[in-house]
Amino acid sequence: MKRMKLISLQILVMLVFLAIWHVVTTTSLFGDVKTMQFFFSTPGAVLARTFKQLTGGDIYYHLGITLTETVLAFVIGSLAGILFGFAFARRELLSAVFDPYIKAANALPRVVLAPIFALWFGLGIWSKVALGFTLVFFIVFFNVYQGVREVSPTILANARMLGMNERQLFRHVYWPSALTWMFSSLHTSVGFALVGAVVGEYLGSSAGLGYKIHEAESVFDVTGVFSGMLILAIFVIAIDALVTMIEKRLLVWRPAQSSTTTA
Amino acid sequence: MALQDRPHAHAGSGAVSSGDPAVALGGVDITFHLADGGRYQAVKGIDLKVHPGEFVSIVGPTGCGKSTLLNAAAGLLAPSAGSVGIFGKPLSGLNRRAGYLFQQDALMPWKTALENVKVALEPMGVPEREADLRAREWLGRVGLRTFVDRYPHMLSGGQRKRVSLAQMLIRNPEILLMDEPFGPLDAQTRQIMGNLLLDLWSRDRKALMFVTHDLEEAIALSDRVVVMSAGPAAGIVADYKVDLPRPRDIADIRLEKAFHEIHRDIWASLRVEVQKAYAMGEGRELVGGDAS
Repeated sequence: MKRMKLISLQILVMLVFLAIWHVVTTTSLFGDVKTMQFFFSTPGAVLARTFKQLTGGDIYYHLGITLTETVLAFVIGSLAGILFGFAFARRELLSAVFDPYIKAANALPRVVLAPIFALWFGLGIWSKVALGFTLVFFIVFFNVYQGVREVSPTILANARMLGMNERQLFRHVYWPSALTWMFSSLHTSVGFALVGAVVGEYLGSSAGLGYKIHEAESVFDVTGVFSGMLILAIFVIAIDALVTMIEKRLLVWRPAQSSTTTA
Repeated sequence: MALQDRPHAHAGSGAVSSGDPAVALGGVDITFHLADGGRYQAVKGIDLKVHPGEFVSIVGPTGCGKSTLLNAAAGLLAPSAGSVGIFGKPLSGLNRRAGYLFQQDALMPWKTALENVKVALEPMGVPEREADLRAREWLGRVGLRTFVDRYPHMLSGGQRKRVSLAQMLIRNPEILLMDEPFGPLDAQTRQIMGNLLLDLWSRDRKALMFVTHDLEEAIALSDRVVVMSAGPAAGIVADYKVDLPRPRDIADIRLEKAFHEIHRDIWASLRVEVQKAYAMGEGRELVGGDAS
């Protein structure tokens, strides 16, 4: 009963939003209809365009490109983050020496790197992967670092008393602890991998969702821009649902609680 | 006290008639270097022998270094002075012949009860299938047969302690070290756990060092009760034999006359130390170096 009410309210919000949008763009109440439609398109046109794109084949090529870039950025960024996170957590000197540089690098807005990456890696997928990498790497790095550093001293002492050697400690204590922290930031890091891909495409490429949006924008095709954004939103929600599923699978041992994220 | 056959004594400490003690602390001092550059001497001049088959409890006021002593016997902490002997051999590094039951939760939260117990056999190179079988058997022994697939957060505090107990005992260590293991549990659960511990221990009587602040628990469980003085630089002030018959039920034994007599004796010396600890109160943290 409560759930039904919530869903109907959520649908109501969408309908009101679409209705206002429709009224604003198809009546002369707020100005010239032609001008309004040029700037805001109409909900009907956007939905029609989105439907047409989703039923056509072209958009899936672009989605595929964006997905590939996202997955590559996520996987490479995570691997590097895990590797460096472990190394820095276990070597006091390393983390002490590199601390200011890591902080400086993380403080840099990654968008300014996009032109440099385009210059280094060309306009293909790798410049986008690089951009996504710089975003994912730091999230995973900080979480793994934290995970290894904050292993409960009691659990560690207990494992040692059970006779575990370094390799076994790694496998049974450090690794699961680091993974927990990494998974708790899974939503954030996957999200950032996607942001890197789309922003990279937007700034310079010949394929992908970001490219589609940029292309529509450059010919003042507002319907195309909104439609691209809508498809992007659907795509993000689908990926997020998948991540939630994976997360539930992997963290069954955890008591129910809200996941912590580092943004 | 009935003692079974002990490992062959090594030459050198021939003075002890009944062979080498399982744990022998000789003149042990432990000093901590504090973060602010100060030093805190936790214990000083500790001489304590625990023989195979002996259940020894260590009681004392809070903060007197009971756990510190246990950590020294476990090899988790190296003493600043003095010697730690394990079955006649000086201890270096971790004590491989001991099992340790911690006060806090020490189970790996990402492993089920079964996996937590099973993993204890991995360093010993026990094959997977045998480890599985033995872990299930041990979980049954501590009364958790139907809880094998639960993760620690799905278990109660008492159940988690049972898993820890199984995890420790499955390796069959020759020395058992327990640091206020039942401290966080409620009174009823403590009694049940106490009886379970006595039941498991009496099957093969390992040397057991049991730290607690609960004198009644100490008397009900042990063969010997060692009283430590208030810190800093805590030492051993008294060592009592508990000649109550075994097997014991720790709820019933508290009602016996002999129990009360022993309790009265030990409390007489423990009370002085507890009062001293209270008198020092908050000042204890401020004590810099060695007072004595």
